[in-house]
Amino acid sequence: MPEIKVTPLGAGQDVGRSCILVSIGGKNIMLDCGMHMGYNDDRRFPDFSYITQNGRLTDFLDCVIISHFHLDHCGALPYMSEMVGYDGPIYMTHPTKAICPILLEDFRKITVDKKGETNFFTSQMIKDCMKKVVPLNLHQTVQVDDELELKAYYAGHVLGAAMVLIKVGSESVVYTGDYNMTPDRHLGAAWIDKCRPDILISESTYATTIRDSKRCRERDFLKKVHESIERGGKVLIPVFALGRAQELCILLETFWERMNLKAPIYFSTGLTEKANHYYKLFITWTNQKIRKTFVQRNMFEFKHIKAFDRSYADNPGPMVVFATPGMLHAGQSLQIFKKWAGNEKNMVIMPGYCVQGTIGHKILNGQRKLEMEGRSTLDVKLQVEYMSFSAHADAKGIMQLIRMAEPRNMLLVHGEALKMEFLKGKIEQEFNIDCYMPANGETITVSTNPSVPVDISLNLLKREMALGGPLPDPKKPRTMHGTLIMKENSMKLVSSEQALKELGLNEHQLRFTCRVQLQDPHSDLDTLHRIYTHLKSLLKGYTIQHVPDGTVMVESIVIKVSSSAEDPNNKVLLLSWSYQDEDLGSFLSSLLKKGLPSGLC
Amino acid sequence: MAAHLKKRVYEEFSKVVQIPHEEAPSKKLRLSKPSKSAALHVDLCKASNSTDALQYLLQFARKPVEVESVEGVVRILLEHYYKETDNSVRLKIASLLGLLSKTQGFTPDCIVDDAINTLSNEKSHQVLAQLLDTLLVIGSQLPDTPTIRLRLIHVACKHLSDTYFGVRNKCLQLIYRSIISDYFGDQDPRVRTAALKAMLQLHERGMKIHQVIYEQACRLLSDDYEQVRSAAVQMVWVLSLLYPESIVPIPSSNEEIRLVDDAFGKISHMVSDGSWMVRVQAAKTLGSMLQVSPHFLVQTLDKKLMSDLRRKRTAHERAKELFTSGEFSSGRKWADDAPKEKLDRNTVNLIASGACGAFVHGLEDEMFEVRIAAVEALCQLARSSPSFAEKCLDFLVDMFNDEIEEVRLQSIHVLREISTHITLREDQLDTVLAVLEDSSRDIREALHELLCYTNVSTKECIQLALLELLKNLNKYPTDRNSVWKCLKFLGSRHPTLVLPLVPELLSTHPYFDTPEPDMDDPAYIAVLVLVFNAAKSCPTMPALFSDHTFRHYAYLRDSLSHLVPPLRLPGRKQVFGLDSVDSGSGSASVESAQLFLQQSLHRVSTIQNLEAPEARELLNFTIRDLQRLGELQTELAGAADFCATFLRCQLLLMKALQEKLWNVAVPLCLKQNVTATAAAQQILEETYKLEFLYSGLESRQVATIHHVRLQAKALQLILYARSRQGLDPLISCCEKFLQDVESFQRLFLSELPHLQDSFMDRVCELLPRLTSCKPVEMVKILQSTLRQSGLLQLSLPEQIHRATATIIEPTGESDNPLRFTSGLVVALDIDATLEHVNDPQNTVKVQVLYPDGQSHVIHPKPGDFRKPGPHRHRLITQVYLSHTAWTEPSQVEVRLLLAYSSSSSSSSSRLGWSDGADGVIPPSEATVEGTIPFSKPVKVYIMPKPARR
Repeated sequence: MPEIKVTPLGAGQDVGRSCILVSIGGKNIMLDCGMHMGYNDDRRFPDFSYITQNGRLTDFLDCVIISHFHLDHCGALPYMSEMVGYDGPIYMTHPTKAICPILLEDFRKITVDKKGETNFFTSQMIKDCMKKVVPLNLHQTVQVDDELELKAYYAGHVLGAAMVLIKVGSESVVYTGDYNMTPDRHLGAAWIDKCRPDILISESTYATTIRDSKRCRERDFLKKVHESIERGGKVLIPVFALGRAQELCILLETFWERMNLKAPIYFSTGLTEKANHYYKLFITWTNQKIRKTFVQRNMFEFKHIKAFDRSYADNPGPMVVFATPGMLHAGQSLQIFKKWAGNEKNMVIMPGYCVQGTIGHKILNGQRKLEMEGRSTLDVKLQVEYMSFSAHADAKGIMQLIRMAEPRNMLLVHGEALKMEFLKGKIEQEFNIDCYMPANGETITVSTNPSVPVDISLNLLKREMALGGPLPDPKKPRTMHGTLIMKENSMKLVSSEQALKELGLNEHQLRFTCRVQLQDPHSDLDTLHRIYTHLKSLLKGYTIQHVPDGTVMVESIVIKVSSSAEDPNNKVLLLSWSYQDEDLGSFLSSLLKKGLPSGLC
Repeated sequence: MAAHLKKRVYEEFSKVVQIPHEEAPSKKLRLSKPSKSAALHVDLCKASNSTDALQYLLQFARKPVEVESVEGVVRILLEHYYKETDNSVRLKIASLLGLLSKTQGFTPDCIVDDAINTLSNEKSHQVLAQLLDTLLVIGSQLPDTPTIRLRLIHVACKHLSDTYFGVRNKCLQLIYRSIISDYFGDQDPRVRTAALKAMLQLHERGMKIHQVIYEQACRLLSDDYEQVRSAAVQMVWVLSLLYPESIVPIPSSNEEIRLVDDAFGKISHMVSDGSWMVRVQAAKTLGSMLQVSPHFLVQTLDKKLMSDLRRKRTAHERAKELFTSGEFSSGRKWADDAPKEKLDRNTVNLIASGACGAFVHGLEDEMFEVRIAAVEALCQLARSSPSFAEKCLDFLVDMFNDEIEEVRLQSIHVLREISTHITLREDQLDTVLAVLEDSSRDIREALHELLCYTNVSTKECIQLALLELLKNLNKYPTDRNSVWKCLKFLGSRHPTLVLPLVPELLSTHPYFDTPEPDMDDPAYIAVLVLVFNAAKSCPTMPALFSDHTFRHYAYLRDSLSHLVPPLRLPGRKQVFGLDSVDSGSGSASVESAQLFLQQSLHRVSTIQNLEAPEARELLNFTIRDLQRLGELQTELAGAADFCATFLRCQLLLMKALQEKLWNVAVPLCLKQNVTATAAAQQILEETYKLEFLYSGLESRQVATIHHVRLQAKALQLILYARSRQGLDPLISCCEKFLQDVESFQRLFLSELPHLQDSFMDRVCELLPRLTSCKPVEMVKILQSTLRQSGLLQLSLPEQIHRATATIIEPTGESDNPLRFTSGLVVALDIDATLEHVNDPQNTVKVQVLYPDGQSHVIHPKPGDFRKPGPHRHRLITQVYLSHTAWTEPSQVEVRLLLAYSSSSSSSSSRLGWSDGADGVIPPSEATVEGTIPFSKPVKVYIMPKPARR
């Protein structure tokens, strides 16, 4: 049985460091190559030594696919390709290809320049790595090699996020990356066709959540921001530079315009301008509204949102600041947070998921005293709000995707084990398919039942057509006779004559003969004649001949009569038929065994 | 070859290979012993005559037949069938065959041939039909055999030419049932779609669709192809309308639900389909499934994965398995989704309980088309179910913040439509009012419209609404009228809520006099409108007014009488005028007015018996009465007006016919001739108005109007014959008239019986003579018929409304001329409301009349028309004016025209008689052909300046 093997190196029962190995039809594919936000040591990157202890990965991987530009999906890419060593193709969509290096560079800067880490990938490495990227278009089928093909689907989530269908022969796997089934202010909803993959590898961040309608969420968010601003407080919204940030920007921008608010909105600089630039460019990847209105005005050209300068944080009066990174674990958002944490008028809104171990996670869990680096503690007085804005599919969305794709097996990654367990149960109960949730390093093997294509010779097909009924019925299997020839990795079905000819073999006849004892007082000839009339009356539609040389032929079956020496009444019938006439032959023999009816003349 | 074979056989024979005798499995022929059939056979043979045989058969039919013996029975029956000469017995046998083939476990493939064979020799049509019916049964028992299907179809086609309807009927059933539904499972999606569509088409044409298809259609809902799914949604919907109450089982459990509920659940499910076309279709369809049970309806707004229905049912049946909870988190609070306990696996089916959250999904959909469809569906469902309306309120209010304006607008409209069922809470009102700041005029006006119909719960709501409306007024002064109107309704709806606010609103103080507010301030007027309308049904309120308020009331009562109601003020004389009628207007006064209208009409119908002058007098009076009635009773204005116009036509006709000229020689009465001609022309014009200006007419009235028109045409013909000598034009005129008569007959065939004793009735009688005789003679006949024929009785339909148009902008008050350079254009904004106009996009035109008599007709774009309410349209457009230089500023007239040519006219004669008869009377200058002016003209002061060199 052919098998598909899936091994998560990261994101198995965990969020962060997405990296999944898939072996399908003899091809090895790496899905995503991310880093973990919660760690600063070796656990940050996937353990590539799982693939090979020493040496380069090129020999072991056929391709690498990056679903979107979030660092937990692409953060380890330069490390893998340049430091561990991989020269094969890396597939990602156009927006991902454009935005990914910016984020990597930012990541590198923070780790190397700020934290002073050494032995980290360099800017040059990022550039080299990006040179290996092959861009994908939506719904475009890309042939990696003769057998392996990829197809990308829209996934929502962030600009350029894609789900990928990986196909070898008739075996296929879909990897969703992160996706979102509900559209938001700037992106559409994920969509996939009914591709019926063998395995659907889905994220399950919100495995136990069913979110309120997004409108309620939006309204709540705007209300909270508005109230805080009216109180004169400052609002910090930690975001990842790209993705949610743009959605929230559009939301606030339109709200500001409508309500005619004057309080400044800032966006931490650096990434923003470049990123917004790409958002303006890749309009086709956004939602219906933006696509339709960009001719009049590109929604990403903000009027109210300005670039942030570090000094602004101390300005008096209300303001809204979007700052990176999103989980308050480092960088500007953390700095601002430290500045504002002491004032209860201020507010921090966490718009998304926070990995365990980050400050974001801590304060969301109600911790009011934080230990900072250097043994100092920080009192958290400001309001902490949580708004689920992160664009992952919720439980119902995951179910919806499964219904869309109709996979034969389900595999959950990118989520917490307990929650996965719950969803797994639901999926198994609902769709009656197997669902797996491997931990990191654990291999899941799924045996597949691929159909094997066989060429059939046209002559044979035509002959069979002529034999059978008027029309072939696609619903019903039909048996046909032919010879299967396997030659050099290809198979074909031909007629036996042709097979003999091709293989240079002689034809052998296989005949069955049997004797039937029969009590009949007549002479041999008469008996034969009686048999003839008997068969004639029974077997209508067959050609039955009484050949003068003392035999009866039914089609090609020969019947001959002889009487035994000791008892002339005891006749011995000889039947002989060829292998092809097995059915008729065995029927005749059993018929004659019953004896001849008395009424015959 | 044979010789070779034989040789080998002999060889082998001589070798003697003994093969152990094994019982080779042989084919078994199914030959059942006819246990029961034997009895039947005996019975049938015994039967001496056909009645006996029939008796036996009837007896036989009562008893069940075992599966094994069915075939035997069938054989015997067939045998007997061929022998039987009596039709009724053969018929019975044929029907028995059908019954038998339905036996559980019996596959009727073996009797198909026999059944078909019987057809070929059959002479009796009834028996044939019965046999075909049997085949139909057999065919439905053998769904998967294409060969048999083909044969059946072939047979059916052959008998399609039968003379007996029953046979053809059965044939067609056979064809459609076996063909179409079989192709539901075709391998090609296009064929599946076509099969579904064909079935739907059959349904549209009145063919009864069987419920059997339901299951198949449901299966097709999960087809791979979107066209199929889309058609299947329609199919399921149609079936749910046809068999709403039948019970279908829920798979994987032993419960049953109503078909319409099941279908509703399934279609709800399609709202989260992969293809947006299907989603739109599903969302739209949901709206029209009004028979669905309320708890299913409520689920569509519920995103929790629980199905109340299921839980309840299972609670009854398997109380033991009751799970505690499979609760999901809402995503609003952090970490409230940490699983608290190990969850039971037996939680409710998530996906199959499809109705869950269908609308929540639909309203959040990516495509605004789906969202709009969902909003519309919500509206339809909410209108029929107040409790649902209550529930969907929050969702609709949420939609006010949609990113696409069309969706926002639609949801505001929808909320207005269901607003009778609901009361807004403060927070909801808050969200609603936030939209008042929207920069789109359409949205704001739709919202004003909504506020007119909204009920609010507290006085804070009123205050909030007023505040926001004033803000709105301040920001967009052009909204003045709309805001005032909105406050008028708000006040009259909530007098008790306004009452405690009055001192604050009017800023009165118990001890101090406050300064008198500026009377021209629109905001102050707005407040007053609110207060006065509330005061109307709250007699204690005027006590709180200060002096100047009373003065302002008097002023506003005069200047803005449509916004300020009459109040019973202390110390002031109540003025009873027109208003007393409509202030005290209940249903009673409407009824009495209606009665009066009927009586007037009845009185007029007695006119035949009167002498000419009295008749004229009566008509005159009645017309006057009706006009007055229309002014007093707005509900009946349309009807009264219609009658008055109709009677005026009659009066004119009567006058024209009673002129003395008919007895005098032609040259002597040229003057009268002219007046009569003018009368005829006027009648023609009036009839067009009658036909096209009033909505709600039935074909009876239209026939009456056309009748009057024909009379007028006859009159014209006669006058024409008298005035001109030329015979050739007269002949063509006569032909034209005859054509008109014919088309009248054709169009109003069903109405002809009601036109007894009328002009037309007689003309129709004389038609053979008219067509054969000479023009001069024909004119004579017409003349006498016309003069003898009496008045046509007018019957009134339920509701008649006159189309009206009011131009709001330009107001015509401006003294500043609109200056522009001659030869260039200036855009003039036009804002008008149209009431009771059908299809205004095609019929309403703008006419601009320059002082030099030049006139332009402008066709507004379809997009310029909005529909703020039922029977109401709003035209907001721009017309371009241009002219050569003038020395002085002067006024142009702008008015609206109702075009009635081409599409709006159902009659064949579109143009007036005069147009055909090469201009007997030239059309008056102001009218444009085929149009009726229906608004008051507005004068606009313009000044084209000469271009500077």
